[in-house]
Amino acid sequence: MADKEPKTQQTVDSLLDTEKTFKDRLAYFGRFLWRDRGGVIGLTVFLIVVFAAVFAPVITKQDPFTQDLRASKLPPAWKEEGTWEHPFGTDSLGKDIFSRVIYGTRVSLMVGLFGVLIAGILGMLIGAIAGYAGGRLDAAIMGGVNLILSLPYLLFVVFIATVLGRSLINVILIFGITDAPIFARVTRGEVLRIRESGYVESAISAGARWPTIIFDHIIPNLIGPLITLATFEMSAMIFYEAGLGFLGLSVPPNEYPTWGNMLAAGRKYMTSYPWIASFPGLAIMFTSLGMNLLGDWLRDVLDPRMRRSRK
Amino acid sequence: MSIILKVEDLVTKFYTLDGVVNAVNGVSFELSEGETLAIVGESGSGKSVTMMSLLGLIPLPPGKIESGTAAFQSDAGLCDLLTLSPEELREIRGGQIGFVFQDPISTLNPILTIGEQISETLIRHKGLSIEEAREQTIKLLSQVGIPDPELRYKAYPFQFSGGMRQRVVIAIAIACTPKIIIADEPTTALDVTVQAQIIELFKELRDALDVAVIWITHDLGVVAGLAERVLVMYGGRPVEIAAVRELYKNPKHPYTLGLLGALPSLEAKESKRLESIQGTPPDLLIPLKHCPFAWRCDFAFDRCWEEIPPLITVGDQHRAACFFDLEKGGPRDD
Amino acid sequence: MGRYFASKFFQSLLLLFGVLFLVFMMVRVTGDPAALMMSREASPEQIEAFREEMGFNDPVLVQFKRFMSGAIRGDFGTSLHFKTPALPLVLERLPATVQLASVALLMAVVIGIPIGLLGGFTPGSAVDNIGRALALIGQSVPNFWLGLMMILYLGVKLGWFPTFGRDQWNSVIMPAFVLGLPVMGQLVRLTRSAVLEIRGEDFIRTAHSKGLEPRTIYLKHVLRNVAIPLVSVIGVQFGYMLGGSIYIEAIFSWPGMGGLLEQSIGWRDFPLVQAIAVFTSLIVLMLNLLTDMAYSIIDPRIRYGR
Repeated sequence: MADKEPKTQQTVDSLLDTEKTFKDRLAYFGRFLWRDRGGVIGLTVFLIVVFAAVFAPVITKQDPFTQDLRASKLPPAWKEEGTWEHPFGTDSLGKDIFSRVIYGTRVSLMVGLFGVLIAGILGMLIGAIAGYAGGRLDAAIMGGVNLILSLPYLLFVVFIATVLGRSLINVILIFGITDAPIFARVTRGEVLRIRESGYVESAISAGARWPTIIFDHIIPNLIGPLITLATFEMSAMIFYEAGLGFLGLSVPPNEYPTWGNMLAAGRKYMTSYPWIASFPGLAIMFTSLGMNLLGDWLRDVLDPRMRRSRK
Repeated sequence: MSIILKVEDLVTKFYTLDGVVNAVNGVSFELSEGETLAIVGESGSGKSVTMMSLLGLIPLPPGKIESGTAAFQSDAGLCDLLTLSPEELREIRGGQIGFVFQDPISTLNPILTIGEQISETLIRHKGLSIEEAREQTIKLLSQVGIPDPELRYKAYPFQFSGGMRQRVVIAIAIACTPKIIIADEPTTALDVTVQAQIIELFKELRDALDVAVIWITHDLGVVAGLAERVLVMYGGRPVEIAAVRELYKNPKHPYTLGLLGALPSLEAKESKRLESIQGTPPDLLIPLKHCPFAWRCDFAFDRCWEEIPPLITVGDQHRAACFFDLEKGGPRDD
Repeated sequence: MGRYFASKFFQSLLLLFGVLFLVFMMVRVTGDPAALMMSREASPEQIEAFREEMGFNDPVLVQFKRFMSGAIRGDFGTSLHFKTPALPLVLERLPATVQLASVALLMAVVIGIPIGLLGGFTPGSAVDNIGRALALIGQSVPNFWLGLMMILYLGVKLGWFPTFGRDQWNSVIMPAFVLGLPVMGQLVRLTRSAVLEIRGEDFIRTAHSKGLEPRTIYLKHVLRNVAIPLVSVIGVQFGYMLGGSIYIEAIFSWPGMGGLLEQSIGWRDFPLVQAIAVFTSLIVLMLNLLTDMAYSIIDPRIRYGR
């Protein structure tokens, strides 16, 4: 009676498909990059910072600790008295600023990464327990979480730092613990959402036992929002570490160069030798901006609702 | 019965980053005073976009109405909806053409009282004062079957059940006694029992107000008791249009046949499988030069792949867009 | 609605108790409070004498009772640096901080929200893109560094604004701008995304289908819904600005609570630090409470206890 044509459209599509030339592919890639330019920039910045931290000794031959009083307070290389040996100039004790900025990435990254790691794991555990258990336990935990979250974060970080004293570990611990509530709250929200969406029930009714449920069902769904959050929080931690350093509450300056310390040291020389504080400030801004862009992009990409409407 | 809306060859496209979506590809139909026309089709068939295009409710970038006319008998005389200015369209929307949308919880503004949401139409189109609008709204609320209307005037949407909310939406639609009500899947989001109530309400109001109704749905079962004529759409095109009985008795398009076959029936003599139509709707990004239903059609032959079948008259007030004659069992001779 | 307020109020009291508890515990848990409060060169005998004098050798519960009863009466001990009661010193600095935070909030709202609105109504336009870029920069710039830069360029080099203190009428402008900038950025982005989200909602389509005037749709339907998340953020941010102005006040030598905090850290003046911490938390809690109340007035769904 009738010719049986294929029931699906895909086969016909391949007939209509035109040859994709190299230029086409390049143009497609270029569109892709442009559409996600925020993410591209953010990722690039992040990679630059990581590169600087890992390859610091290669990038700069100067030692960030060496004091050279004869070469103190030199301006950046492009100004009159500057030299290319000290591209960003030197501080009041003659330490090379460029190398200190580069080595400073190490502290910032460590604080950011480990802080987020601690906060994330701690927060995820607390939030997951609260969300999964529900009832009184949930209410109690969230009460504590909301308590910490409703206070002026900065104030308490400063307070704790004052009490605990200065060291890198303390800083990481402080951030890790005070930031955990945010992760807890997000995790709990996601766990609740997952619970109510019913597919956990289906998994249970299909006979899955709870470790499977947690690792195969719940955790993959948590990863997306948590990674996005982690990116933003890391940016914030780098920020706050600088703030603490500015107040003299971060790592002691002779132990390691941090951007915050450099800002603090450079503060009194702002009018006469502004570069001492400007470069670390720019570094902080650069890193922060990049991480925020990265976080924005991750959020757009990882949110399944948004994926459709990105077109 | 005079014709109040006559749409001819409406073509609407969407220019997106992924290509041009051919949402509506030449739709024509007529609507008479007080008549109920059902527009039936799957998601993506273009049924909603057609009506939204007529009244300026599609976003104009990326959407574009490429061609077509829509003659409407408005209060100000005969006009072409597609050439009206935004201000003129705003006069007609709500005032002479009312809308009922699908999901009442998202259709109503959550932070305004329902009374306010009904009154604002009255104030806008009938120039009533706030007090007058309020009185009229309370009458409307009882007309659509909401108890305690004076009290409920000040209530918020979340305080109502789904069926009640849809009644509110209907009240908004009929408030200014429009000539046409466009109902876009109004019962799809409701429970079956509530569906029946809403359809009953519609029938009462339609008869009481003598208003024409365009009822958009994907459910042929709902259509039977409500519509006088049916337009079946597929792939952005009209594929069959007929009076409702004629359509159900003598479907002339394989797609309609498929839709009818997919209806569960209480009277089936033996239990048989529900027939579903194999395949998926066409990708609207690809402009077609052949019948859009050809892939899924049991009766397609070579002509179906070479030309787009036009709407031709196949019976009394009955048109279909198909090269195959189902009764004869072979290609149509023309 | 009264029930809602009452429960929120009670929650706030609980939170306040929690804050006091935290502050109390923090100082004692990490070691010897006496040693913390004395200068670093103090001898063990001096520390011991101090410990006895301050009652740190008493059982913890007794200390806590003393602390709490003192707190309720407003007695947070005596400042080590000034040798006068701690709380009045804090209160004295309160107006300056409030002024700074208020002006900063005003700037953030007056500049940030309109830009966000414009961006939301014309997405992809030049205004939108520039606005968003500026917002991002505003949120990423370390405010202490920006403060220093502004003092250098706008204050010293160009002489437009005074660079420290609170004496002149325009002294507040630079510090308020720096303080408000991150919030400004946040408001731009938040407003923009709220506008875009609301505009895409079905009930806006309904509003259009009623044939309402665009102005009515924007004001009554879009903006009122946009206001809901904004109110919440503004309230919370105001609280943060009141509590977190420490850097700005330090840099600009602004005589507020933050500046006092920075100094007392330097002096290791523990009672004073403690008093500032508790008092600031109190203000923030009150603000959160007010924000919650305002929020419930705007959004009827909260009011009726959904």
